[in-house]
Amino acid sequence: MASQEVKLLGFWVSPFSIRVEWALKLKGVDYEYIEEDIFNKSSRLLELNPVHKKVPVLVHDGKVMAESFILLEYIDETWKQDPLLLPQDPYERSKARFWARVAEEKLLEYSFTAMCTHGEKKEQALKSAVEAAEKIEEEMKRNNKKFLGGESIGYLDLAMGWIAYWLPVWEEVGSMQIVDPSQFPATTAWSKRFLDHPVIKQNLPPRDKMLVYFHERRKILGGLV
Amino acid sequence: MAEEVLLFGVWGSPFSRRVEMALKLKGIQYKYFEEELTNKSPTLLKYNPIHKKIPVLVHNGKPIAESQVILEYIDETWKDCPIFPKDPYERANARFWAKFIDEKCLPGIFNACWGEEKQHQNAVKEACEHLKHLENEIGEKKYFGGEAIGFVDIVANIIGYWLGLFEEASGTKLLTREEFPKLSNWADVFVSSCGIKENLPLARDKLIAYFRSRFGTGSTDASK
Repeated sequence: MASQEVKLLGFWVSPFSIRVEWALKLKGVDYEYIEEDIFNKSSRLLELNPVHKKVPVLVHDGKVMAESFILLEYIDETWKQDPLLLPQDPYERSKARFWARVAEEKLLEYSFTAMCTHGEKKEQALKSAVEAAEKIEEEMKRNNKKFLGGESIGYLDLAMGWIAYWLPVWEEVGSMQIVDPSQFPATTAWSKRFLDHPVIKQNLPPRDKMLVYFHERRKILGGLV
Repeated sequence: MAEEVLLFGVWGSPFSRRVEMALKLKGIQYKYFEEELTNKSPTLLKYNPIHKKIPVLVHNGKPIAESQVILEYIDETWKDCPIFPKDPYERANARFWAKFIDEKCLPGIFNACWGEEKQHQNAVKEACEHLKHLENEIGEKKYFGGEAIGFVDIVANIIGYWLGLFEEASGTKLLTREEFPKLSNWADVFVSSCGIKENLPLARDKLIAYFRSRFGTGSTDASK
């Protein structure tokens, strides 16, 4: 069998590149990790992802791909061993893709903006973030399995995994609360189960370094957002 | 069990037209409901409570929203005339370009056509950079999908048809044949293709008037 060469270009604190690492590790796929400094992008990254110039980038047997949700689907379609990340049923798959977008385009965007801004901009972003979190909470409540993917971690868990670990850091850095455990019991319980999973637990960036990093980002972006 | 396929859309929307293109290419019978954006039906709000937007496809009572998500669902459910390639890498590539069109090209085009006047030059430059990526991607292919219309072609309906309307409504020209010969050629082939040409809103004047009333007459003085 031809050797399978898998490389992943990522950034230590990026929830986008880490969700791809989670997928590869859950499936037991060997890969070479290449850390990119996104503030000083290598010529290699610019060559491999000229359109967006971003991480993560996956290179599999010379084939170059980008965009984390797309990489999750590629990984699932290429390495068909358990855990199967996407459901088999087309309708269930459409729901997973739909909710992944809601979490990314609404909750993540507004939370990050709320973290970086002040005054009215912050209030508006916060309000929108909480609204998005409420919709996700209802979805979490409807799901009565261990994970959103069922008994094992799936695509939607990986897509939303940042909520369990990055969001609390952003809340602290931004002196705000979006997912109050008493108001969001289902999300909070799912977050705990997600972080307890051995593969996830062992593949998280150190919290203290994250706090320093995002405090710095908040200072820099606060003037621009 | 009798199959019931409903589509909630808006006649002038490229997003709902994408879904119709896919349904028609695959020969799927469906019932169409025209929505008014300023007076959304309770049915639409019931089927898409999160975004309250069209298009929404309802298949045997199950609602699916977001045009690209709907297209994937359609291809996975009705296997005739596939719009996605089989190979995982080619599928990743198709998804990449579709995402690029909706998340980068489209906002860039809007910005160039209807953004702030003082940012106009930069906005046009950026929009053209995006189009250049598509020019390189289409290359010598007949369609983005190769020999047959695929997922990316359907998503690129905005570039193939609506872009011309935006240009006329706003007075900002982006897709010139000199700068983008391959993409312009693809657009010509696309709008005259079977399964596509019958499904484009042809009342151009009505659409142009609508875009002008909704977004303004454009960010250049040349729009008069």
